[in-house]
Amino acid sequence: MKRLTEEKTKLVLEKLTKYIGTNVKLLLDRPDGVYCFRERKGRVYYVSEKILSLASMVNPDKLASIGTCFGKFTKSGKFRLHITALYHLAPYVQHKIWVKSSAEQQFLYGHHISKSGLSRITENTPQYQGVVIFSTNNIPLGFGVTAKSTMDCKYADPMATICFHQADIGEYIRSEDSLI
Amino acid sequence: MGRKAKFDGTTAPSGRGRKAKKQGDPTFPKGVLVKEAKELSHRQRQRARKRLLKKQNLNKKLNKLEKTKGKKEVEDILTEDNVKNVTKQLKTNKKKKSLKKQPKNNDLSHEDDQMQFDSDSNMSDNEEIMRGEQQKITKQKLLNSDTEDEIDNYDDIEEYEQNEEMNQKEDADSSDNDVDLLPIEKANKKLKKKQEEEQKLAEQEMHDMTLQQSVFTFPTEEELAEVTNLKDVQQRIKDVIMVLSDFKRLRDINRSRSEYVDLLRSDLCTYYSYNNFLMGKLMQIFPLDELLEFLEASEVQRPMTIRTNTLKTRRRDLAEALINRGVNLDPIGKWTKIGLVIYTSQVPMGATPEYLAGHYILQGASSFLPVMALEPKENEKILDMCAAPGGKSSHIAALMKNTGVIFSNDVNEERIKAVVGNFHRLGIVNSIVCTYDGRKLPSVIKSFDRVLLDAPCTGTGVVSKDPSVKTNKDEVDIQRCCTLQKELLLAAIDCANARSESGGIIVYSTCSILPEENEWVVDHALKKRDVKLIPTGLEFGAEGFTSYRQYRFHPSLKLTKRFYPHIHNMDGFFVAKLKKFSNIVHKNKNAEEETLN
Repeated sequence: MKRLTEEKTKLVLEKLTKYIGTNVKLLLDRPDGVYCFRERKGRVYYVSEKILSLASMVNPDKLASIGTCFGKFTKSGKFRLHITALYHLAPYVQHKIWVKSSAEQQFLYGHHISKSGLSRITENTPQYQGVVIFSTNNIPLGFGVTAKSTMDCKYADPMATICFHQADIGEYIRSEDSLI
Repeated sequence: MGRKAKFDGTTAPSGRGRKAKKQGDPTFPKGVLVKEAKELSHRQRQRARKRLLKKQNLNKKLNKLEKTKGKKEVEDILTEDNVKNVTKQLKTNKKKKSLKKQPKNNDLSHEDDQMQFDSDSNMSDNEEIMRGEQQKITKQKLLNSDTEDEIDNYDDIEEYEQNEEMNQKEDADSSDNDVDLLPIEKANKKLKKKQEEEQKLAEQEMHDMTLQQSVFTFPTEEELAEVTNLKDVQQRIKDVIMVLSDFKRLRDINRSRSEYVDLLRSDLCTYYSYNNFLMGKLMQIFPLDELLEFLEASEVQRPMTIRTNTLKTRRRDLAEALINRGVNLDPIGKWTKIGLVIYTSQVPMGATPEYLAGHYILQGASSFLPVMALEPKENEKILDMCAAPGGKSSHIAALMKNTGVIFSNDVNEERIKAVVGNFHRLGIVNSIVCTYDGRKLPSVIKSFDRVLLDAPCTGTGVVSKDPSVKTNKDEVDIQRCCTLQKELLLAAIDCANARSESGGIIVYSTCSILPEENEWVVDHALKKRDVKLIPTGLEFGAEGFTSYRQYRFHPSLKLTKRFYPHIHNMDGFFVAKLKKFSNIVHKNKNAEEETLN
């Protein structure tokens, strides 16, 4: 359990900014205590300092997880968000996509979202923007990156991909072993 | 405005108007419609008795006259007396009817042993009825009011007499002896005789049947060796249980009780495919009739239940969302506000978007109980020693509303992945998940407000989930489990902090029903540490045992709760709630006991 180096902190915050923009501040200064990022075995955990002090008593070898796992550093040194971060990202996200209930299952099996499955999209979403995907009854389903801006969506072909799949909550059962 | 008139006749009149009052059914004073049978007053009865005496005297005189005077005169008198005879005949007729009922009752009684007693009481009832009828008849006689009815009855009797003509011929000899009797009286006598014979036959038959039924012939060894089919075994189980329930009367004198019990055990083992050892244990826990219920209930799966994740949704919203997906569900019961029971579902319950979004978790109803007993409060430090797969731990976190800290520990690193997955899915952020051996935890971290120990066990309460328990558990397994549980419980008590303001609570639970893994373990902890049992706060469940075979446990063990599949329709379960009142560990005491042992 160690603090992130400055470079790594920058990588993580950059990634988060792609999805929640300036709301990153809200993640760090919270009314219910100080939260911080910690790295262990290449995984980044987001955890309250109160819990962190208790976790220091536990042998790192025996520790499986604390707080919430946000993602991991790949071998090439990039930061990759995990679906487990969704719980913290969804409330602060700036650009959203809602999918139709018919396309819901498709996305949960790891497919991209096509125009025909699109229900709503936040206005003025640019291309290649990180978004969180919601179902029609506002359940966060995962996150992805837009393939087309809101304007382009209007004139897109029904089968054209609107949003690239990155992570979805179907992974909780698809790949429970490699979740974090 | 106003009422629109509809004259096309499309509207049907909707009954009487709102203000029209419906007249109730007429009531008549007592005795207007139905003439009640009037009880005779004391005087009337006296007079009737006198009248009867008079008539009897008259009869005697008549008999004397008969001998002295000619037949002609006698006939005249007979016409007067006819009415009386008819009533006598009536009496016997009714008697016969009621007697005919008896054999019927007896037939029924062959089916069930208990019914025999009922039929006995029926017989006595019949006698009472007969007596009542006799009284009525005498009344009729006395009053001599309704002659018409009697004439009708008389016709019936004539028919009956025709049937009996054959018999009359046979009994001609005997009838010669009492020439003075009227033909109708003779018929009466014959009837009585016949009835007696019938009754005798019926009684004999009944006796034979009871003998046949009660004697359960103990099967020979050859018969036992070749198991033909399960139906025979089932029948034998029933028979042996019947014999054991009334052993004194139904036993075979040459066989001892233990022989019967052994036979029953081996039969139950073959029928329900348990091993001999476990069946023996179960037979010690339950009385025989309850044992069968338990075994039957253990064959059937418990209904699937889910727990709402109150961190993300409410039960009502979840139920609505699931009903929209074609799930048929209901609340579990009044004792929990977050449980739902699933009857049928068109979609797999473990893969709906609501499940993936962490709105609920699949969890047995019995798993709610230890957490409810633990009563976690916000901002507490709580330890779950054997957490995998994280159902109870996440329940605790939900009750704490993601405040405080929940330590979830499980020794198995493979199973801890499920805990991590579930926690992230359910949005639990205050957790520390680790993989220590529970027995070594006190050396790592102490001073928890509350500790939940859902100990590893043989799983005799969840046979329906994992039928392999039936065959692969023996004495050594239970011994091992029991030792581990004792060590874990002591470790759990050591982890708790007695000086905690709100807590110092330890909840011990298992999904086993064997007292060796439950009461015995808690009793051991009571002796070793400064803890006491407190009520679990669960309003249902059976009390824990305070004595079991040769063991005598602390009397406060009745505060623990047991749950059975056949009574509570959930997995077999045991919950004990302990409160720690000092942090002192009595090392001297331990040493003394060890030296004694």
